[in-house]
Amino acid sequence: MLEIRNQATRTAPFPLATETVKGTAIAPLPPRARLSLRLRPAEAARIGSVAGLPLDRPIGTFAAHDERRALRLGPDEWLVSGPADETDELGARIAGDLAGIVHALVDVSHRNCGLAVSGAQAEAALNAGCPLDLSLAAFPVGAATRTLLGKAEILLVRVDAACFEVECWRSFAEYVRTFLVEAARGT
Amino acid sequence: MLLITCPHCGPRPELEFRYGGEAHVARPADPSALDDREWSEFLFVRNNPKGVFAERWNHAHGCQRWFNALRDTHTDAFVTTYPAGTARPDMAAEDVR
Amino acid sequence: MSRQPFRLERGGRIDRSRPLTIRFDGETFTGYAGDTVASTLLANGVHLMGRSFKYHRPRGLLSVGTDEPNALLSADRGAGRVDPNNRASVLEAVDGLVTGSQNRWPSLAFDVGAVNDVLSPVFVAGFYYKTFMWPRSFWDKVYEPIIRAAAGLGVAPAGPDPDRYAHRHAHCDLLVVGAGPAGLAAALAAARSGKRVMLADEQAEPGGALLHDVTSTIDGVPAQDWVAQTIAALDAHENVVVLPRTTAFGYYNHNHVALVERITDHLPAGDTHGAPRERLWQVRAGEVVLATGSHERPLVFADNDRPGIMLAESLRILVNRYAVAPGREIVLATTGSSAYTVAADLKAAGLAVTIVDARLAVDCVADTAFAAERGITVLPGHTVVGSKGRLRVSGLIVAPLRADGSVGPRRTLACDCVGMSGGWTPAVHLFSQSRGKLAYDAGQDAFLPASHAQAERSAGACAGTYDLAACLAAGFAAGAQAASLDETRAFEASPARTGFQPMRVMPTDVDPGRVRAFVDFQNDVTAKDLKLAVREGFHSIEHVKRYTTTGMATDQGKTSNMNALGYVAGLLDKELPQVGTTTFRPPYTPVSFGALVGPSKGALFDPVRKTPIDSWAEANGAAFEPVSLWRRAWYFPEDGEDMHAAVARECAAVREGLGIFDASTLGKIEVVGPDAAEFMNRMYVNGWSKLAPGKCRYGLMLKEDGFILDDGVVARLAEDRFHVTTTTGGAARVLALMEDYLQTEWPDLDVFLTSVTEQWAVIALQGPKAREVLAPFVSDIDLSNEAMPHMSVREGYVCGVPTRLMRVSFTGELGYEVNVPADHALSVWETLYDAGRAHGITPYGTETMHVLRAEKGFIIVGQETDGTVTPDDVGLGGMVSKVKRDFVGMRSLARPDLVASGRKQLVGLETLDPNERLDEGAQIVVDPSAPVPVPMLGHVTSSYWSPACGRTIALALVADGRARMGETVHVTTPGGFARATIRNPVFVDAEGVRVHARDS
Repeated sequence: MLEIRNQATRTAPFPLATETVKGTAIAPLPPRARLSLRLRPAEAARIGSVAGLPLDRPIGTFAAHDERRALRLGPDEWLVSGPADETDELGARIAGDLAGIVHALVDVSHRNCGLAVSGAQAEAALNAGCPLDLSLAAFPVGAATRTLLGKAEILLVRVDAACFEVECWRSFAEYVRTFLVEAARGT
Repeated sequence: MLLITCPHCGPRPELEFRYGGEAHVARPADPSALDDREWSEFLFVRNNPKGVFAERWNHAHGCQRWFNALRDTHTDAFVTTYPAGTARPDMAAEDVR
Repeated sequence: MSRQPFRLERGGRIDRSRPLTIRFDGETFTGYAGDTVASTLLANGVHLMGRSFKYHRPRGLLSVGTDEPNALLSADRGAGRVDPNNRASVLEAVDGLVTGSQNRWPSLAFDVGAVNDVLSPVFVAGFYYKTFMWPRSFWDKVYEPIIRAAAGLGVAPAGPDPDRYAHRHAHCDLLVVGAGPAGLAAALAAARSGKRVMLADEQAEPGGALLHDVTSTIDGVPAQDWVAQTIAALDAHENVVVLPRTTAFGYYNHNHVALVERITDHLPAGDTHGAPRERLWQVRAGEVVLATGSHERPLVFADNDRPGIMLAESLRILVNRYAVAPGREIVLATTGSSAYTVAADLKAAGLAVTIVDARLAVDCVADTAFAAERGITVLPGHTVVGSKGRLRVSGLIVAPLRADGSVGPRRTLACDCVGMSGGWTPAVHLFSQSRGKLAYDAGQDAFLPASHAQAERSAGACAGTYDLAACLAAGFAAGAQAASLDETRAFEASPARTGFQPMRVMPTDVDPGRVRAFVDFQNDVTAKDLKLAVREGFHSIEHVKRYTTTGMATDQGKTSNMNALGYVAGLLDKELPQVGTTTFRPPYTPVSFGALVGPSKGALFDPVRKTPIDSWAEANGAAFEPVSLWRRAWYFPEDGEDMHAAVARECAAVREGLGIFDASTLGKIEVVGPDAAEFMNRMYVNGWSKLAPGKCRYGLMLKEDGFILDDGVVARLAEDRFHVTTTTGGAARVLALMEDYLQTEWPDLDVFLTSVTEQWAVIALQGPKAREVLAPFVSDIDLSNEAMPHMSVREGYVCGVPTRLMRVSFTGELGYEVNVPADHALSVWETLYDAGRAHGITPYGTETMHVLRAEKGFIIVGQETDGTVTPDDVGLGGMVSKVKRDFVGMRSLARPDLVASGRKQLVGLETLDPNERLDEGAQIVVDPSAPVPVPMLGHVTSSYWSPACGRTIALALVADGRARMGETVHVTTPGGFARATIRNPVFVDAEGVRVHARDS
């Protein structure tokens, strides 16, 4: 193997500073390892879990274990995530758990990026562009789904009553962050 | 804006969905066996009834699954939604409520 | 500074401790907090507030409500905050507000346009349609500019709007629209259920008609105290949200209701604390209770539009809510009972009032007795035949109605104000928008909600219930039912005076065809116009509406509709239900563009997708172009270069040395699973089973109709894993189509699709020196020509990060596409660029990419194709598998039209003048002098200056093009025609040897 010349560095898709507007904080989140896992529901039910994360949770929720998470986005789709430096390890662990079972595991760590939106008005700020009912009764802590924010598709995760995480594709990050800052101003 | 019940995600706003036209128009197993008229009917001819219509929807900004719905094209009321690949339920517009 | 001579000594809901001043047409007027602009002006004796739309007649306020058609003012809150067409009756007075009248010149009192009034016999119904038909050429340059200058309602602001407008999606179990007695009772009933209740009301404070009711009591307390108690009770419920200054303007499918909340307009500048000016709410409600009230009808008589002539109930609002005397000598003209309540309140406020009642004495005995007890003079059985005055009414001309229907002698009642009441029309606008069906109720002469289309209930006056206690009980019941509570409640309340005799046009003693009796005040439509329309054959009410414009302006005919419908029905000798109503459409009242646009402006108009390398391109002076939502580097001009020069330099660099290009926007789909190759076989025209892992292949995809949908290079990474690329613009479309087939046609296939467009950034290194520059940074991959030939893919590392390295070329040169995880792309790009500088590495943009591929005759989907082009049309018929049993679009390739001769085929074009560049899209003909219509051969699809050829080149689709090699054709140019020769579409390296460049 040749020596590595000019080891590449990482560049985030948006500025890393937190913006706080009218009590709503919009904070870029550090990179994570993200793997898109596709698996037939019957197989998922049979296997039960991968990398210590249960697969049989309802669609639209997430399961967490230590720093790892599995968002169930559809009947046969999960987004598994963990600390950024564990991408290979997490992938190998899942592939091992699913050996012999038809599945797809695709690294999307650089495709998605995340923001945390927190504060008493976080729900209202998100509802500036998200058409879902975000009340605690309808979208409780633990909820996770693909939806829309204005003209961008996002993943929305409720980690706390007053804290959401918003994930989007990299090139939409600037729009999503700007939208949320403007939305917080409009609350 | 319609409120559409995705079989996987529950009621969601129309913004998250993409429309897919008439349901239960299966692609022929062997298109080459069809003559030109039969093939053109498969390609181009669709029903457009006033009343209950079986149609395809994709929860594009949700679970991204395709499913079918019975919708009254006159009132826009959904009679029911059901997974792709299953038979059309025997329901009428009166079954909405 | 004014003294407010018409302000009453006491009463009203204004705050006399907080005076304010506003300006109107340059003059300053004082008012109080709680005033509207209309009440401020009237308190100062100003009745003339505008000029009418067509005849420029002087107009004052007609209604103190949202239905006001006449008093439309511009409001100026500073630069960019000039807002036309504000109804003076709903525009809240705020200190320092500058307002102005519209549609007049040079001044409101002396308006040159009023000549139209003298010429009114000319401006009849359908005038525009009849007059401006000929000559046709006059329309654009003469008629339309003049009409537009003379007509219209106010002037659009010139500058950008500096205000913020917010959007909010909201959900509730019950939305109550209207906070009058019915709406308040509905909210009260539902509040205790614990369900989420939203109560929206368009006025500055909740209460509706109770805000100007100073005599009624509810459950033993004065009505306005009941309002305060009820609001306090609602506020105590956390599950209830009360939104004042919020208009529900649109009722859409599945109880989706649009509201606009006005947040800062009533605050003095500087007190807004950065709040948005307005907020658009999109509410999804489980249930809706409509308590939208009703509108009073004017009376139709000659010159019924003079300033000072208003709706009767509006006078009561002015006196009771705003403590304003609309006049000192007031005549109320009525056909019903509610005007008697108005008269009593006016009298109690110390104003002189006389009632003219068109009903015969026997039909209004109770009302006349009520008036007599209060010392109010009533002339029963009298019609109104006209008014006197110019800029303000000075007298009302009345006459007795005889038993035989004829009209007796006239007499003039001197007055400075007239209140008219032609009955009441329930505000069924939102109900009708909900697609509920209306039914005509003859007893009430009104269209009332009948059958419901959505989970909705109407209560109170909008459902034809006018009695206060009944409104409260109906509202309460509706709210309780909507909240699934089995509760009813009776209210004790003062009885209301209700009932009227509909009278479409007041009987008169002159030829009705000679007077101007206005039905629609905003669009200047008279009874005479309606009659003319019917006489000319317009019998459908929708046609009458469009021909005369009755009911068509910003007030949507709130005051005029029933009179117009009833009158037209009479002319047609039909019952009113047979004529029907016109369609109610959103918005209920005008909504600002700002509220609709919300945050979607400037940087948020659309997402601008940028690649990870975008910042480098920007720092290096790139010009950008939008490609779908992406912004892509177009070219990189150096000092003083124009696009032509920059592109020529970039092209030469790629052909002779090395170019570097950001191809990150390419769509990328990872196709994974044991059936991946089978799925690819079904989706693409070519075969995939024999493509070995490590190899790439150009794939072409059709729609089921046989036409090209997309193309791109596909790399097979493993037996069960493909890395598929799509066009930039087609990425989402292709993935969606693939998912559709996979899920709905072939759910048995074991394969999964994942978008990795943004996982992998793509750095294209193209040119003879590509390998030399790239090699030192690559590990775990042998780049030699033998180990990694053209159209191969390897996984390894570049600059220490994972790469999917493809040896592919869209330029015809030796080339690599270096896929790296997106966050690493900028760093890798900078490293490669810096290393390449010694070799003359040149960044290039999309324009150069287009030229280079055109020189090679490579198509671009969407440029050479347009949804009607087959593989064979663009010379790619050889790619179509002959052995596959089926793939998407295969059967269509055998359709008769797709195999017929004469199809347009891709060819190259060379102009006779090597410097002439054809227009893309230009039409191609054989003989420009052929008789019209000249037969078209085809069109130019791509056209560039080719540095490699030293001349212009073009690609074109030409009928039977491949059989026309060497023929000369004519191509349209802005000045005429250019001559061009048809040739092979590959202009450079036709043998294709350069991409296989061996190690240097």
